[in-house]
Amino acid sequence: MARILVVDDSASMRQMVAFTLKGAGHETIEASDGVEALTSAKTGRFDLVITDVNMPNMDGITLTKELRSLPNYRFTPILTLTTESSAEKKMAGKQAGATGWLVKPFNPDQLLATAKKVLG
Amino acid sequence: MSIDMSQFHEAFFEESFEGLGIMESELLTLDVGAGDVEIINTIFRAAHSIKGGAGTFGFMNVSEFTHVMETLLDEMRDGSRDVTQFAVDSLLESVDVLRTMLESARDDAEMDEDMVAARYAVLNGILKGSLEGASSNEAEESVVQAVEGDNSNGKVGWQITFIPHTDLLMAGNDPVRMFRALSEFGELTSVVDCSSLQPFTELVPEDLYLSWVLTLTGTAAKADIEEVFEWVEDDCDLTITPLPKLEPSQNTPTVVAEPALETIQSAAVSPVKKVLEESPVSSNAAAQKAAVKPKKTTESASIRVGIDKVDEIINLVGELVITQSMLDQAGEDLEVNAEAASMGGDSQSQKRNADILLRLSKGLAQLERNTRELQDGVMRIRMLPISFVFSRMPRLVHDLSAKLDKKIELLVSGEETELDKTVMENIGDPLVHLVRNALDHGIETPDVRLAAGKPEVGTLNLNAYHQGGNVIIEIKDDGAGINKQKVRAKAIEKGVISETDNLTDSEINHLIFAPGFSTAEVVSDVSGRGVGMDVVKTSINKLGGRVVVESEEGKGSVFTIRLPLTLAILDGQLVTVGKESYVIPLIAIIESLQVDRSQINAVAGKAEVYKLRDEYIPIIRARAVFGLEENNADLHDSLMVVVEVDGAPVGIIVDDLQGQQQVVIKSLETNYRKVETMSGATILGDGTVALIWDVNGMVNVHKKKLNNGVIKA
Repeated sequence: MARILVVDDSASMRQMVAFTLKGAGHETIEASDGVEALTSAKTGRFDLVITDVNMPNMDGITLTKELRSLPNYRFTPILTLTTESSAEKKMAGKQAGATGWLVKPFNPDQLLATAKKVLG
Repeated sequence: MSIDMSQFHEAFFEESFEGLGIMESELLTLDVGAGDVEIINTIFRAAHSIKGGAGTFGFMNVSEFTHVMETLLDEMRDGSRDVTQFAVDSLLESVDVLRTMLESARDDAEMDEDMVAARYAVLNGILKGSLEGASSNEAEESVVQAVEGDNSNGKVGWQITFIPHTDLLMAGNDPVRMFRALSEFGELTSVVDCSSLQPFTELVPEDLYLSWVLTLTGTAAKADIEEVFEWVEDDCDLTITPLPKLEPSQNTPTVVAEPALETIQSAAVSPVKKVLEESPVSSNAAAQKAAVKPKKTTESASIRVGIDKVDEIINLVGELVITQSMLDQAGEDLEVNAEAASMGGDSQSQKRNADILLRLSKGLAQLERNTRELQDGVMRIRMLPISFVFSRMPRLVHDLSAKLDKKIELLVSGEETELDKTVMENIGDPLVHLVRNALDHGIETPDVRLAAGKPEVGTLNLNAYHQGGNVIIEIKDDGAGINKQKVRAKAIEKGVISETDNLTDSEINHLIFAPGFSTAEVVSDVSGRGVGMDVVKTSINKLGGRVVVESEEGKGSVFTIRLPLTLAILDGQLVTVGKESYVIPLIAIIESLQVDRSQINAVAGKAEVYKLRDEYIPIIRARAVFGLEENNADLHDSLMVVVEVDGAPVGIIVDDLQGQQQVVIKSLETNYRKVETMSGATILGDGTVALIWDVNGMVNVHKKKLNNGVIKA
């Protein structure tokens, strides 16, 4: 199955996302902020990146921009996790190059459905 | 798949409480008037995480409440709202409410709905105006959605014209996946328009030149379809029109179909079903894990450990393994050499033997060092910086100085000093009490201070540091100090001491720790009703610690708390009574001495006392407490260990004194049952079990036996 990078500064959210994805047979690597995620992304290949937006050190929007500038991640699906349902925030992610978004709160089923949407 | 979300609750609560701590401390540093955006951002982020987590893990009330706080913070952040003292205070109080809500959620306890509602009202009051606009917008949106939903009901299908922009693929979206999602709603047919496909030489492989007309039959709502295209709505031209009833075939696409149409169509759509069939998600592992329900824990059962501490332990274990193999080798060599020697020893083999023995003793020394370091390393896992407790103080000082109309500066140092987690959890309340006390009774109001020639702003110093095997915490104020005349008079009035008692200054100062003692002229709601200081002392004693006070009238007071680093290991004095060895906690022992028969007095009707220098101390015979026969009734040349019990020395007679050593405490209660005279057990170097004395319990049992006439005076 897919190799997925899960980025969130909240350990509980990260664990939930990773656990859910693992339950669906995916392999997950966790990172607690954008900087850490970028390092992991550079040293490994991922089929999907799921990232929180609000994070210390490097936020999800910047991470998305940085990833898109890497040759290996030009077309990799990137999903942002956002609590703000306002169009503005979603668009910020889109403009940075994110594939799509998932609005918090979400349940494991919604997460899997969304992941399926980009992984097939 | 269903996942038991409660397995993440513990982590969620832990990080939420941490987030609340951050919000609190940052709110306190926030300057009214000119709010630092970075600080507001940090507070916002903490609130935001709590909200997101709470929503996800099903604590909707927490999520909703945090949302209101977040809205307020968001407006502060973008500058549309001023950072007022009122707003900051409100947010601080909201943090408290939020903490209570989270605690109730964690403990499955009833929540004070009124308190939450009241806080809601205040926050909404602040938000009023801007919030009204937002809510009406939301309402409008939901009305629109409802209308659209109605329109789509009962329709048999949709025609979707999907003309992607050439860069649609750039963000990782893929039309195939979208079509696949659509095909889940019903039967999907697609017609591809390849007319804008570039000649091969000019074709950019990353661009998308195709567009589609899709026909979807089924009961899907328009919103469902829009959701599929949600992420690309700005990257394509999309029209979704309802199909006329039952006539999908009539509705042929208006685009020009190229000859290649059929093949591309099947290529694009046919794999869809295949992949879908193959993709049932295996959720067995998750389901199995979810079936094991984690038990509810009210006390924090987990601990966060810095990765450096774990690495250090791994490193130490590595060294231990090296030592082990070194000893192993030496042992083997010794064996081989012994064999060789038995064949006819020569000076050569003797020399070799000496070499090996040297290596062996080196190895043992190394093993000892490894063990000690490993012990320290493992102990450090339980250690947390004292900032966990100190971080509560700025808020306390902030709130209290406002309440008391005093100007107080709080200076904190040594926050990084580490302390056992259990000790930490139990020292918080006593510390808060001492700080409250210093603010309430210690530091004077600005006018009194000015009149006394002191700076208007009082200073409270909190300091922590390590000393030997202990942690020292100092609470120092530059206030009025303890009024000795007043304390003495009060103590006489309360019957704590008698009029004729001659007390040193230090003894007078320590009277404030006597039960039920309070010198405050007015009972205030800040420091409570004079039940405080003795409780503080008792709690600290329970942790195996001590508290002392030094005070100079007019200059201020210093409370010094001395705590053991950990509750898991104890420095003990080994003693023998009868056939058994026992451990007396070293922290309780004042001195040990040989009894001089002439100094013993048997007070009629009371117990024996011993004249130790200038004071008389009660004698307790350990043999009598344990119901053993006396072996030296007149106590001549007996050994006596003088321990401190409730601030007073007591002499305990033991048979023999052995060495002092560190022992690891094992609980008696979990392995056996509570024994009044013992606080635990330990295993000694030779493998025997020794019980650890609870000297308070010893005294209690002694008194009981005395009263029942079991021990004759």
